[in-house]
Amino acid sequence: MSDSSTPAVDEQAPTRTRDSMPRATTWNRLGEIPHLGLIIALVLLAVVGLVTVPGTFATASNLVSVLSLAATIGVITVGATFVIIGGGIDLSVGAVMALASVWATTLATQSFGPFVMIICALLVGTGAGLVNGLLISYGRMVPFIATLAMLVAARGLAQRMSDRKTQLIQQGNQVIVDMSTTRVLGLPVLVYIFAVVVVLGWLLLNRTTFGRRTYAVGGNPEAARLAGIDVRRHTVLLYALSGLCCGIAAVLIMARTTTGSSTHGDLYELDAIAAVIIGGTLLTGGRGTIVGSILGLLIFTVITNLFILNGLNTADQLIAKGLIIVVAVLLQRRSLTSRT
Amino acid sequence: MPKSSPDSASLLTMRGIVKQFPGVRALDGVDLDVRAGEVHCLLGQNGAGKSTLIKVLAGVHQPDEGAVVFGGRQVRLTSPTAAIRLGISTIYQELDLVDGLSVAENVYLGHEPARLGFVSQSQVNRATRELLAGLGHGEIRPTTEVGRLSPAAKQVVSMARALSYDTRLIVMDEPSAALAHDEVANLFRIIRELTAQGVAVIYISHRLEEIREIGDRVTVLKDGRTVAVGLSAKDTPTSQVVSLMTGRNVEHVFPPRPRPGSHDGRPEVLRVEGLSVPGRVSDVSLTVRAGEIVGLAGLVGAGRSEIVEAIYGARRASGRVVLNGTPVRGGNPSRAVRAGMGLAPEERKAQGLLLDQSVMRNISLSSLDRYARFGWIDRDQEASEARRQIEELGIRPPHLDRPIKNLSGGNQQKAVLARWLINGRRLLLLDEPTRGVDVGARAELYAVIRKLADEGIGVLLVSSEVPEVLGLADRVLVVREGRVIHESDARDLDEHHVLDMIMEGMPA
Repeated sequence: MSDSSTPAVDEQAPTRTRDSMPRATTWNRLGEIPHLGLIIALVLLAVVGLVTVPGTFATASNLVSVLSLAATIGVITVGATFVIIGGGIDLSVGAVMALASVWATTLATQSFGPFVMIICALLVGTGAGLVNGLLISYGRMVPFIATLAMLVAARGLAQRMSDRKTQLIQQGNQVIVDMSTTRVLGLPVLVYIFAVVVVLGWLLLNRTTFGRRTYAVGGNPEAARLAGIDVRRHTVLLYALSGLCCGIAAVLIMARTTTGSSTHGDLYELDAIAAVIIGGTLLTGGRGTIVGSILGLLIFTVITNLFILNGLNTADQLIAKGLIIVVAVLLQRRSLTSRT
Repeated sequence: MPKSSPDSASLLTMRGIVKQFPGVRALDGVDLDVRAGEVHCLLGQNGAGKSTLIKVLAGVHQPDEGAVVFGGRQVRLTSPTAAIRLGISTIYQELDLVDGLSVAENVYLGHEPARLGFVSQSQVNRATRELLAGLGHGEIRPTTEVGRLSPAAKQVVSMARALSYDTRLIVMDEPSAALAHDEVANLFRIIRELTAQGVAVIYISHRLEEIREIGDRVTVLKDGRTVAVGLSAKDTPTSQVVSLMTGRNVEHVFPPRPRPGSHDGRPEVLRVEGLSVPGRVSDVSLTVRAGEIVGLAGLVGAGRSEIVEAIYGARRASGRVVLNGTPVRGGNPSRAVRAGMGLAPEERKAQGLLLDQSVMRNISLSSLDRYARFGWIDRDQEASEARRQIEELGIRPPHLDRPIKNLSGGNQQKAVLARWLINGRRLLLLDEPTRGVDVGARAELYAVIRKLADEGIGVLLVSSEVPEVLGLADRVLVVREGRVIHESDARDLDEHHVLDMIMEGMPA
């Protein structure tokens, strides 16, 4: 009865010898390289830059400005990656960053010096994240709603504290501004801070129990709970971590703009979430990488840079970003289905 | 129909179906022949290709080779819609209902009777009520939200959905797995009515006695190939069927038990007093001694899983749970795990596994702290521990990095057990550990469970299959309507007696 299929089996037999890699063509092996698509996209963008604005794109000063721009949202993106892999979403990041920058630059805080200002920004960010986490875990609120409420409220609190005025960093606290002006090996200190956050984030996600549990909680919360993981506590920690990243980002934006302001970080939540999604992290949780998110963010930042250098409309820039999100997700869906 | 299949009564003929996935040839030349009006049983171990075959039939997977003839014409099942349009509907093992929609909305999902795009809700509800009444379940209201229904009722809704199409062939993948005893009888009644109208049924089950009762003919699959076609379901000896499936003669080999009374002197690892879950469990008290396997027998819905989950802290309950002499505060499984419990939950995929992740990561999930210093995982130690656990349970293939979703059901279950093969486990709670696991792998699981008990762990076992409880456990508690109605040594009970008690509530 199965005689009819025997020849077909023989045909296929050689490809079956290596159990884990059927039909291991060069093309398939290329697909094994992580983030290949993102790297290609980044290279293509660089080529576009070299062709359209050859005089300005590949200069040191432009590279520095791209990285400085990426640093602030980049730090937020690291936190957002954790939250999204853990099955949540944090819409409040931009507003929390603004609140932290305002709180750290009030006259009262500034009177204690730069060190206290930094601690203040980190505490405000972490505190706001903690509130998010508690509302979601123990108040059983949907993450989208809880962090949307935080977005609105934090923005409002920042406006009230600053009286809608931009707060300048005072002469005595220039140490903070120095982070963007002092250069080491040609790069501003804040770029190094960004790099350190990325490395620490990668280690936390890939080498620690916290990271493992993040994947478990996002991938199957019920299984994680029954395996003995305290899912609620872990969820609180995830949002607190996201808040901490917002606090760090607040310090960076204070350094870059020399101000604290309630208008800082408008729509950063969208950029951060988009970067995470383009980087291949599932919005449903359980799967994703830090490296992907950072590549996604760099793609976004380079596009912005290209549009500015070419003197194009910011409206067109938004349209292009929207298209990129759609294309990236479509491509990922394709590679996912072809693999299963 | 001049060029119809050789057997003129055939409704469906599949010839030489091949389906290749990366790394595995799931179907390697399958033949299947189903006549109109028959119940055709598909038998085979987990991983034999049954699920892939029915997904080909349902239009979910496209075969790489082979031909499908349906109703005398060669057909291509390019999508689930194409299959449904031909008259092939499928009831999956993992029910694919939308919890947030009503019963009626689920039944007519995707093919709502509509006029000019407007759905007449009353018409949908009426049609659903008729379908449910025809299935003998008029008590399920079309407007109820599906998420509120019991697993058995969901099964009925799935059935109603299959029947809502103009269907000529219904594929049922382990329809009885979630059903209690009397529900199975009702299922069989429905199947008989369908076949009387000329509808063909492909019936997949691991329970041989069911196949004897309802089946007409049997096709046996092994390693992606058809090894026997058209066996008589009634007359083929069990030993022959099992040996076709496994290549060996195994049927429910239970490991030897220690002598009666040999646990009497051992310490109690678990003492439960007055455990109650409102509406589900009332005033249950029980003990498990070190090295002892205690079985909870009862119908699905009798409260067995609720008892286990309440002990584990996964469900709000009142009462006292004492583990190794220390009371365990409820409300959070992580406390139970720290105290020394482990659970293999009822729904392996939904509650037990991280399907996207590797075998190792699934195994080490509960013991990460042991390999970590200040949260930093020692990956070498993690891997070597996982390797030991894999070897101890004989998980196949023994690869750490393979995604767990690529393993067979039996090996997935072993991985869930392996998670708890760590120092300091006092008590294992096993909820339906052999559901969806084939005969050969079951014997291995039984041996593993007994071995764990012999090492001094207490085991509380829940199973819907009475022979399993009687064969494996040392002591049996019979649960009915949330209460323990009988307790005795497993050797003093027979299947008939236990069935009487769980169904009729007759005390011993």
